[in-house]
Amino acid sequence: MYGGGYIFEEPNNRQVREEMLHDEPEKLAAFEERIARGEKIEPGDWMPAEYRRQLIRLIEQHAHSEIIGALPEGTWITRAPGFKRKLALIAKVQDEIGHGQLLYNAAETLGKTREAMINDLLSGKSKYSNVFNYPAKTWADVTVIGFLIDAAAIVNQVANSKGSYGPYCRALERICYEESFHLKQGHDAFIELATGTPAQKEMLQDALNRWWKPIMHFFGPPDKASLHSEKLMQWKVKMASNDDMRNQFLDMYVPKIWELGLTLPDPLLRKNPETGRWEYSDPDWDEFFRVINGGGPCNEERLQVRKWAEEHGRWVRKALMKPAEKHSLPVA
Amino acid sequence: MLNKAITDLLTKMADDELILGHRNSEWTGLGPVMEEDIAFSSMAQDKIGHSWALFRILEELPEGRPADLNAFCRPEAAFKCCHLVEYPNSGYDFSLMRHFLFDQAEAVRYESLQESSFEPLQQLSKKVKGELKYHTLHANAWILQLSKAGEESYDRMQTALNEIMALAAGIFEPARDYEQALIDEKVYPGEKELYNRWLDRIYPVLVKASLNLPDLNAIAPAYGGRTGQHTPYLGPLLKEMGEVFNLDTAANW
Repeated sequence: MYGGGYIFEEPNNRQVREEMLHDEPEKLAAFEERIARGEKIEPGDWMPAEYRRQLIRLIEQHAHSEIIGALPEGTWITRAPGFKRKLALIAKVQDEIGHGQLLYNAAETLGKTREAMINDLLSGKSKYSNVFNYPAKTWADVTVIGFLIDAAAIVNQVANSKGSYGPYCRALERICYEESFHLKQGHDAFIELATGTPAQKEMLQDALNRWWKPIMHFFGPPDKASLHSEKLMQWKVKMASNDDMRNQFLDMYVPKIWELGLTLPDPLLRKNPETGRWEYSDPDWDEFFRVINGGGPCNEERLQVRKWAEEHGRWVRKALMKPAEKHSLPVA
Repeated sequence: MLNKAITDLLTKMADDELILGHRNSEWTGLGPVMEEDIAFSSMAQDKIGHSWALFRILEELPEGRPADLNAFCRPEAAFKCCHLVEYPNSGYDFSLMRHFLFDQAEAVRYESLQESSFEPLQQLSKKVKGELKYHTLHANAWILQLSKAGEESYDRMQTALNEIMALAAGIFEPARDYEQALIDEKVYPGEKELYNRWLDRIYPVLVKASLNLPDLNAIAPAYGGRTGQHTPYLGPLLKEMGEVFNLDTAANW
């Protein structure tokens, strides 16, 4: 039975004790001054329970997005055309798993174990990026993901890397460094199709049409509908507003897409020369909320695959957890 | 004659690494622990990388075809991989035992090629040596760890070994028409010699892990792959691997 997901959950005492402290006003003031001065908060430092809770939620969701995000592209590793693409795609997906590992480690410094986080992923309690609930139907989808989704993720991650929590920022610096290579490989594969045969171009245009809405959803609901942002921005948990990041992304990438002779499925999409901001049609936020709450085309499939992996790997993890019988050999 | 023999040797090596690299890459994102997922994926890349290097050597030989065409759109009967690499991943026990037995064989083969009279292979083997050291260290460490971690995991390792041994022995299928020429010309020492060196290499690890080596006289090595007779698993794998590439083999992807 899958139900329990991971079996090695440990009680999460540290977080509970912290909740019991209640926030002390003097400590809170000192904490907020440190953040205002641009200091990083480290794992042993005092922090408000709400800061800890929000950070765990943020980093955990980010970690889940990495390992779930590996799935739609991962299914194309076996079909990637030619040695160059095959090797690049395995390396890329492998990096995403590595990012998941880095992020779970960063979240663990706040007192929640990797096992507990994976459990919450499998039970549906904890979310991941909505964009991965859509299917990658053709090879062109892989190039759209590798170019545009990775580009969008970089906008988000570069912003977050300037946040206040030390371990998360350091993980993000390394992640952004690797992501910039992903973007290059995605861009390269995207251009190959855009400048290729008529069938290749058609395949790419079709993928772009299907992915545009999820890409517009990527940065989250519009600022006017976003709750609780103010305190999180003061604490430098959230570093840029959803609309600002979306605008930055459109500004950087829409011209690149148009330059290649491709179109985007939004007749209202344009940069307003007066405000300097991009205008676009409402990308159906009802769909966004429907998908995030489990109603997307691939939510079920993604979690089933993850559950398969947890279930089939359980005996291996169990074998690793027997320290008394552990065989020890130098690694190298 | 020697050219044909060298082509045969390179092709079977390249096909083995391509198909097993492909199989191992199927674990990317699905491994039992994240760290192992990353390690396995990394080794899959090495295998596919070795295969690419071998196909590029083949490309340079008389009548050589471009590496991508050779690998991604060749008929099944022209593939010369052994049956071991064709089998689906099954569980991690099967995959890990296959990794151990194959990578030890690969290490033995490339070590012998460091003395090869065929220079491109000699050079490649020197380059690959460093990578294989880590692959076999990884395989040995996991075989030992899992064989010593309680009953379930020990049973799984022993069962996997029993199931795979005949397939693994098939790596060393003799190349009847070509082998003697390659031995005479000192290209490589021949399959029988490699098989014996391989046994010397795996035996001490299995003893340390308290695993029983199946009776080698009672198993029938899974031969046929080297002459193009394959398991039912290879066809669908090749179809999937070439799915996008074969939409238009003249296009750049």
